[in-house]
Amino acid sequence: MFRDAALVAGKDLRVEWRSRVTINQVAPFAVLVLILFAFALDPDRGVLQQATAGLFWVAVLFSALLAVQRAFAIESVDGNRDALRLSGLDPAGIFLGKASAVALELAGLEALLLVGVVVLYSTTLSGWLLLVTTCVVATIGLAAAGSLYGVLAAGLRVRETLLPLLLLPVVAPVLLGATRAFEAAFGQTTADGWSWVGLLTTFAVIYVAFGVLAFGSLLEES
Amino acid sequence: MTESEATVPAHTGSRTTRLLGLATLVGIAVVLVLGLVVTGPDAVQGDAARLIYLHVPVAVAMNVGFGLTTLGSVMWLWKKSRWWDTVAVSACEVGLVYTGLTLVTGMVWGRPTWGVYWTWDARLTTFSLLFLLYLGYLVVRHLPAETEVRNRRSAYVALLAFVDVPIVYLSVSWWRGLHQSATLSLSSTISGLMLFTLMTGMIVALMGFAWLLIHRFRVAWLEDELDSVGLELAISERRAEAGMTSVNVPATVEAVVR
Repeated sequence: MFRDAALVAGKDLRVEWRSRVTINQVAPFAVLVLILFAFALDPDRGVLQQATAGLFWVAVLFSALLAVQRAFAIESVDGNRDALRLSGLDPAGIFLGKASAVALELAGLEALLLVGVVVLYSTTLSGWLLLVTTCVVATIGLAAAGSLYGVLAAGLRVRETLLPLLLLPVVAPVLLGATRAFEAAFGQTTADGWSWVGLLTTFAVIYVAFGVLAFGSLLEES
Repeated sequence: MTESEATVPAHTGSRTTRLLGLATLVGIAVVLVLGLVVTGPDAVQGDAARLIYLHVPVAVAMNVGFGLTTLGSVMWLWKKSRWWDTVAVSACEVGLVYTGLTLVTGMVWGRPTWGVYWTWDARLTTFSLLFLLYLGYLVVRHLPAETEVRNRRSAYVALLAFVDVPIVYLSVSWWRGLHQSATLSLSSTISGLMLFTLMTGMIVALMGFAWLLIHRFRVAWLEDELDSVGLELAISERRAEAGMTSVNVPATVEAVVR
């Protein structure tokens, strides 16, 4: 299963590296979202600094939508989906591979966005252990849930509009948990950030487990 | 299921549903009298608290609806039973209507109590997310696809939404834990006639839910029948256009061979 996952993840990342869609399109989009937030919320009143955690994760969520859509768009052309199905790879491995590739791309985007909020919003990053742990578990959860809905929507003509409707309400707890954990890391609240990390971990575990069990069946349908 | 073609009923009512519908109407009248006339106003909230006889029962029925959607989806995945699949989709639709009612009655109640229509209260927020989650289910469900594909796809969407519900609820109540106690203390101090009215309200809401569910189920079942019958009809029409007098497949094959 893990060997198959590594194969699929390697393939996806190579496709990504050669086509440079994430680097050339999704990454600039993520930064653009940060800039748009600055236009919407007056930078002089300190609103941006207060809302940094939430804005960061909203930008991640939007980028995640694009990353997931891209990850499954490459499978839907030229009958790639059938090829993947007939490849004899373990479906659980395919799921883990696709989700890992999305997670790695998201991790790169998050690093970029963190630099973005430091530069654009003058945020001082602190609580590094909590910050990094939150990013890791939230990203795993987002990638797992995203891949599940991604494959579900992949074969449909309306996938571009359907995916946000399905995915965003489901990952709302991730936005909530990760934002609160970030606020705790930045020292903006006295609340315990680690309990939110616990919630994010539960989310990640549930959707990874669901994916390992159900992905094969979802990939089957055409 | 083409054998039922000849016995397709003209409407979705039956004696049972008519009795159930009538009982629901009587029940609504009884709850109205109990809630507006017989019971007194609440000590704290006054007349606004009477909304509990409507708000809580529809919320309970909503939970039953989404519970049935989950159960139906699991049963479809397990048994591949068309009956359960139809239960799942019908319960979700009726459940969404009840979620809408819950949200609207909640907002109407919130205005005099909290001073605003909407507050980011744990339950209100959870219910609004629930509404969106199951709306997604219905959207997926109504996408054109082969029956088997459609059923499996929507069953998985229902399960994915279901496993999210506890996480949503937990996260939202951690976030907004403070506002919870108001609702809880109100229902825990309720007693006597008010409790009786509330219970009657719940029974009536569930009866109304059952009535809607049965009718929606029958309509959904007939829609599926129509799909399969419609396909057969279209095939026989095309054959008639092609000048084949018989729609019987072996006979046509025979004719072609000759």
